[in-house]
Amino acid sequence: MVSFTPTEEQQMLIETIHRYAEAQVRPIAHEADETGEIPAGVLRAGWEIGLIPAALPEAYGGLGEHEALTGVLAAEELAWGDLAVALKVLAPALFAYPVLMAGTAAQQAELLPLFAGDYIPVTAALAEPGLFFDPRALATTATAQGDGYILNGLKRNVPLAAEAQKLLIYAREDSGTVGAYIVDAGADGLTIGEREKLMGIRALPTYPVTLSGVRVDAARRLGGEAPLPYEAILNRQQVALAALAVGVARAAFEYARDYAKGRVQFGAPIATKQAIAFMLAEMAIEVDAARLMAWEAAWKLDQGQDATREAYLASRYAADTVVFVADSAVQTLGGYGFIREYPVERWLRDGRGFAMFCGLAIV
Amino acid sequence: MAISFAMPERVERERMMAQALAEGIMRPVSRQLDENEHERPVDFIKLIWPVMRDQQARALDRLKAPPDPEKEKKPRSTYLAMMVQIEALSWGDAGQYLCIPSPLLAGAAIEAVGTPEQKERFLRRFAEGDAPRWGAMAMTEPNAGSDTKAIETTAVLDPETREWILNGEKIFITSGGLALRESDGIVVVWATIDRSAGRAGMRPFVVEAGTPGVTVSKPEIKHGIRASDTVSIKFENCRIPYDNLLGDPEVRREGSREGFRGAMATFDASRPLVAASALGVGRAALEFVKETLHQHGIDIPYDQPYHRLSAIQRDVLEMEAQLKAAYLLTLRATAMLDEGLRNNLEASMAKAKAGKAVTKVTQKAVELLGMMGYSREWLVEKWMRDARINDIYEGTGQINLLIVARRILGYSSSELS
Repeated sequence: MVSFTPTEEQQMLIETIHRYAEAQVRPIAHEADETGEIPAGVLRAGWEIGLIPAALPEAYGGLGEHEALTGVLAAEELAWGDLAVALKVLAPALFAYPVLMAGTAAQQAELLPLFAGDYIPVTAALAEPGLFFDPRALATTATAQGDGYILNGLKRNVPLAAEAQKLLIYAREDSGTVGAYIVDAGADGLTIGEREKLMGIRALPTYPVTLSGVRVDAARRLGGEAPLPYEAILNRQQVALAALAVGVARAAFEYARDYAKGRVQFGAPIATKQAIAFMLAEMAIEVDAARLMAWEAAWKLDQGQDATREAYLASRYAADTVVFVADSAVQTLGGYGFIREYPVERWLRDGRGFAMFCGLAIV
Repeated sequence: MAISFAMPERVERERMMAQALAEGIMRPVSRQLDENEHERPVDFIKLIWPVMRDQQARALDRLKAPPDPEKEKKPRSTYLAMMVQIEALSWGDAGQYLCIPSPLLAGAAIEAVGTPEQKERFLRRFAEGDAPRWGAMAMTEPNAGSDTKAIETTAVLDPETREWILNGEKIFITSGGLALRESDGIVVVWATIDRSAGRAGMRPFVVEAGTPGVTVSKPEIKHGIRASDTVSIKFENCRIPYDNLLGDPEVRREGSREGFRGAMATFDASRPLVAASALGVGRAALEFVKETLHQHGIDIPYDQPYHRLSAIQRDVLEMEAQLKAAYLLTLRATAMLDEGLRNNLEASMAKAKAGKAVTKVTQKAVELLGMMGYSREWLVEKWMRDARINDIYEGTGQINLLIVARRILGYSSSELS
């Protein structure tokens, strides 16, 4: 049966996140963007909504709720509050979810309990430097040696790397496949570089990471000897990014809509002029279309179907949509749109990144 | 409820049947009917008539059956089935699809505001007999296009005979000739019973084939959907029975939009279905482009970063994404109809997006295939011409944007015009 109504549980989750986003995230978003810092209390409150703990199996104190569709609904709502905050709240999932999806029983028993308590800074390193990045052609290598592996390569855009207790490193293996390796902070040969300076998501600390002959035991390869379900991880990541982009786009659309209704020029609200009203209508249509594409891809993933095509199209479409919508919002506000005290220029800077973001989101 | 994109099996079966018909019956004569503009798609009409007739018979029987609360609780998929069938038939040939023998928009208006007796009286003809019949809707006039409230056709009650007398001219009527000249069908005519009341004075009237005072013009010659029958109709002292008025004859002036609302409710149901037709044409072009490129060694990957794609691959991916976006908006607006939810906003979103998307997608298809795309040997150029109407009829793209804008802003039509 075709339906576009979330379950009651999902609806409650959306409302909970919305309250958090509106009351706690929006008020600090500008300051966080300017200073590059997210107040600890805001991060804690975001974590305590319990998105990641709920995804853990019941044996680890969770609810076993790990549907892509629920993740997509949550991601949109969090990103509506602020993208950098959303990414920081969700960053531990970059580590937790692959363990959940692909870890051996021993790895799960060791690592999943980490997520049942307070916010834990752990992360994953996927993206690599250079003009072009292709997650299916990694330059970082994992070479088998003795009863372990040696990791070599450069990573970038690794969130939380400086404070992370553990990192999941994606690397190309001898056979050409991609594996994920669990590396502890302070490991020999692991160097965390200077915090990166980005156009947007400035409150999310990201770093370059260098791996020079980092040795990991065989037991630290995610999934042991089993092949890593890399495509499934990438698909899920693309769907999550799509939903996050929808959240930013929706924020920009709603702000521009409300502004246009209040802004009087020529003796009437500018929203009563077709030039503005049509732009707002197109923004609304594109936000909805992008959301439905993310939903469809997530639904297919949850059905266990191949969603490569849907996830790809959804993430591309959402990346285009967020730029179109945020840009239209800047235009709607005119000169004010260019002023940093108004949030729309931030949403344009945050949104512009989606075409490049890779490895920043798995929800 | 839960979010789901699972098509009911019955709907999927009906889609496959429509697709088979589109491939086997419509495509082979698609070019011929485009080149010979006013020829009828006889094979399609002959084959589809019994299907449409039996569907209509079941629908009418359901109206007569005593209400069954158990059955009403069950989810419906009537509109969903229509959506996928229309999409598939329009993939075959949008012009031929528009010749489908059914009450079409006339049926939608009668369903929306007719009494049970009127439904039986006007729709029964579509549920029986060997000869196909057509219904049509006459709204547009030479001076009333998007501004439907400006219609000048009048309906005046003759107190002596209790008949309505229609006078005026209607244009751009899809299947009007088929309904009135080539079968004993019906046309729903929008006329005003009180011009000073504006929208509140608008009412739909049913005019049956054979009524005196009705003149059907020569069919229009068109850019695309050439197999579709588009005519004008003149009403000169055309007398119809009192009960051919659909809805309430009282005009309530105080801010009432009674008559107009009937028309708008019809659009909420018809716009997603027009969007579905658009999507079918778009899919035809996209599939053909992908197949042709494949024969030339170009495939479309879904796992490559942007920098690894050629310009052609990027274009095709963009076409595909645009169509998918339009498809999902249409699916949502349609599913809401089945759920009995008000879908005014969603219907206009779907129509605006689909109309624009298929216009662009089919134009790009011609461009990508170069001179062969431009050649009348292939159907791509025809699909581009067929697609173009979708951003025009059943509310232009601009009118649908206006509706979306009003809904998202909470403005009335006088606040945002």
